[in-house]
Amino acid sequence: MAHFDEKAKPFSHQWLNDRLAVDTLKRVLSTEYWIPKNINFLWAMGMVLAATFGLLLISGIFLLMYYQPNVNTAFDSVNYTIMTEVGYGWLWRHIHGVGASIVFLIIYIHMFTGIYYGSYKKGRELIWISGMLLFVLFSAEAFSGYMLPWGQMSYWAGMVITNLFSGGSLHADFLVEWIRGDYVPGQAFLNRFFMLHVLLLPLAIIGVIVLHFGTLRIPHVNNQTGEAIDFEEAAELYKAGKKKESKVIPFNPVFLSKDVFVMGVYFILFFYLVFYHFEFAMDPVNFDPADGLKTPAHIYPEWYFLWSYEILRPFPTDPGLIAFGFAQVIFFLLPFLDRSPNVAPAGRRGMFNLWFWLMLVDMIVLTFMGKLPPEGIWSTIGLVAAITFIGLWVALPIITKLEKKL
Amino acid sequence: MRELKIFAIVAAFTLILYWGVEPFAHSQMHKHVEGNNLVYNGKVDMEECAADKKESKKAFWDDVQKIADLKGDPVAGEGTYAMCMGCHMEGAVNMGGVTPPSLEHAGAIYDKNFLIALIKDPAIATNVDHTYPNGTMLHPMGSISTMVTQPQDIANVVAYLQTKKAGEVTPKEAFTEACGRCHANRYGGLTQLGEIPKTKSNIKTGKDLDRMKYDQKVAEEQASLAEYLGKLPPDLSIIYRARSEHFLHTFIEDPQSQLPGTAMPRTGLNEEGMEKVLAYLEETGDSSKQQREAVGPYVLIFFIVFTFLALLWKKYQWRDVH
Ligand code: HEC
Ligand code: HEC
Ligand code: HEM
Repeated sequence: MAHFDEKAKPFSHQWLNDRLAVDTLKRVLSTEYWIPKNINFLWAMGMVLAATFGLLLISGIFLLMYYQPNVNTAFDSVNYTIMTEVGYGWLWRHIHGVGASIVFLIIYIHMFTGIYYGSYKKGRELIWISGMLLFVLFSAEAFSGYMLPWGQMSYWAGMVITNLFSGGSLHADFLVEWIRGDYVPGQAFLNRFFMLHVLLLPLAIIGVIVLHFGTLRIPHVNNQTGEAIDFEEAAELYKAGKKKESKVIPFNPVFLSKDVFVMGVYFILFFYLVFYHFEFAMDPVNFDPADGLKTPAHIYPEWYFLWSYEILRPFPTDPGLIAFGFAQVIFFLLPFLDRSPNVAPAGRRGMFNLWFWLMLVDMIVLTFMGKLPPEGIWSTIGLVAAITFIGLWVALPIITKLEKKL
Repeated sequence: MRELKIFAIVAAFTLILYWGVEPFAHSQMHKHVEGNNLVYNGKVDMEECAADKKESKKAFWDDVQKIADLKGDPVAGEGTYAMCMGCHMEGAVNMGGVTPPSLEHAGAIYDKNFLIALIKDPAIATNVDHTYPNGTMLHPMGSISTMVTQPQDIANVVAYLQTKKAGEVTPKEAFTEACGRCHANRYGGLTQLGEIPKTKSNIKTGKDLDRMKYDQKVAEEQASLAEYLGKLPPDLSIIYRARSEHFLHTFIEDPQSQLPGTAMPRTGLNEEGMEKVLAYLEETGDSSKQQREAVGPYVLIFFIVFTFLALLWKKYQWRDVH
């Protein structure tokens, strides 16, 4: 039986400690959660992501107060009610729209940071896998949110993406109809994507963020040289006052102070975009109301899906779907496809360095081609880039196996 | 230093990415159309029309120029204007699919040469003559060419419009007169029949009969527009965000340049007309612009101060770890 101090006043420190172990919690989660000293601002991207998710959540709650999930009123509830009639409705909408786009930029930076420094290896596999789960959930969240204004791009992107589930020549039309709840996107479709966007997916995201943070606690974050630090020893040194000699700092307040500074810089950029440059995040085509009889001249997904869309597009239907499926899952397997024991920045890993930069450039090329009409030289470049993408993944286990131990 | 280098690399890749998916992609996806500086002289018409029509178009626009060179007499023009009022009067009714617009600011918003051309032959002037294989007389305003035949009369009535119908025009009036007969703007409270009237529901039944009657009239007007133009012209409430300003400008100047074969007529707006119409589209389509510009600087200043304080805090926390 636990010991409860009789004299402790309700909600006093002692009272809370007896019931919640607040001191221990604080120690374990913040003041004695050790972070290597040798890291750069890229390690603040995780907190930047958490902050952006916070902004999305808050702005989303405000939007939800006026949004109407009905095919006849959805468009005007967003574009008129929220944008014109509701005080500062436009601000919440622009924060939400810019946030949804920028969160992917930061996710990609965060992912490529992990790849560059080998932060998915040896003990950190679950960090990576839970991170990839977040990527998939955010993708689903972004896609379902894109359906809600019920504009031309909502409708047609919804049509095209759900069509993928027919599995090409498998002709699984029943599956497509089951997902849509109708033969074509309509009220049932809008309603279920609304539910996913405002309830199920955010709930899952919050859960997986907690998991992601949990997976960090034991292996700790990596550092700029990939050095395996003895955290216990370094922590003792720090606590003994030898802060200069110790290789670690506590998360709170030392690392946090840097996180907050990086977040500040990020918020300046973010709100600059919100007020002066939000168009990039809100496709003009989606300001035409959904019209099932009028196919837009160009149908393309938001920028963050373009690379995987372009892996689908240049091939004939069936191989295209297989390549697309490959692209969706392959990043999950990174910790197991990289066979090298070295935890080090790519710059020191020979062939892997080349692999890293090729992959980055290839995905950017795929992204460019994914938006352009699939004609002439563009589709050739797209095809080459898609094959390169697959080739790089096939080569990864081989070149990392050959890598010299550092 | 190292952090700045890393930041430079991240920023460079981000900017390249942005360039590729925004400016570059859009430059490749949309046909680039040059405007014609709101000069209506038939130049583009001749480029766009069938080969066998080039000659007659050239002759038409040469005549327009000749009339433009005549000195018009506004006083004499008033008499001819009465003929226009036969169709364009207040409370005008739908004829041949469309309701003639008010001409209250015609002299302010339309180009002079365009107005001359319009009275000579409305279908050719508005560059939709290809939709009249059986002769442009069938255009709803087509009969004007038999009513006003003398070049001097045309010059006079145009001079009348340019002196007496050229008062100060609001963006909303410009939109209503130039576009409103075809395009609704529901965010601006406009249907093809003009401003939506205020009506009341019957307290006992909860039904608003006047509104229902009005809605029926609108539906009838829309049906006849769709019949006349082949489709119902889209509501323009938020077109300002759905198209670039460059597109709107060149499209309104000459719809055929962006949608070849379209039934939308060229409306012949001059500089002022274009500016006012676009201002109205911006007002209904992007209503938060002023507020954004008012609030933006404060939010940015807040975060700049925030970041500066965070930097001081960081320096303080890290003072003895290095
Ligand atoms: C006589 C009727 C008529 C008038 C007057 C008219 N339009 Fe149109 N407009 C149309 C029709 C019909 C379409 C549909 C064109 C199509 O899809 O081929 C259209 C389409 C448009 C479009 C959409 C083009 C696109 O990309 O889909 C815009 C923008 C537009 N009009 C603006 C204007 C403006 C601004 C004015 C006033 C200056 C105006 N219109 C006056 C009939 C008209
Ligand atoms: C037979 C009836 C009739 C007469 C007479 C007539 N109009 Fe029209 N007018 C119309 C109709 C109908 C339209 C709308 C045509 C359309 O939208 O396709 C129109 C449209 C116009 C427009 C708008 C064109 C644009 O750019 O959008 C102007 C300006 C105009 N008329 C001026 C005149 C003037 C000036 C006269 C007298 C010289 C005149 N009209 C006489 C029926 C008439
Ligand atoms: C979208 C929501 C996400 C949030 C809120 C988030 C949050 C965080 C946080 C706070 C950290 C610790 C600080 C840091 O190293 O940046 C972290 C680390 C990490 N995350 Fe994420 N993350 C997200 C998505 C992802 C994704 C998509 C991946 C990749 C698949 C990923 C992979 C990693 C890895 C490998 C680390 C460890 C970095 C290291 O050890 O150096 N995360 N994440």
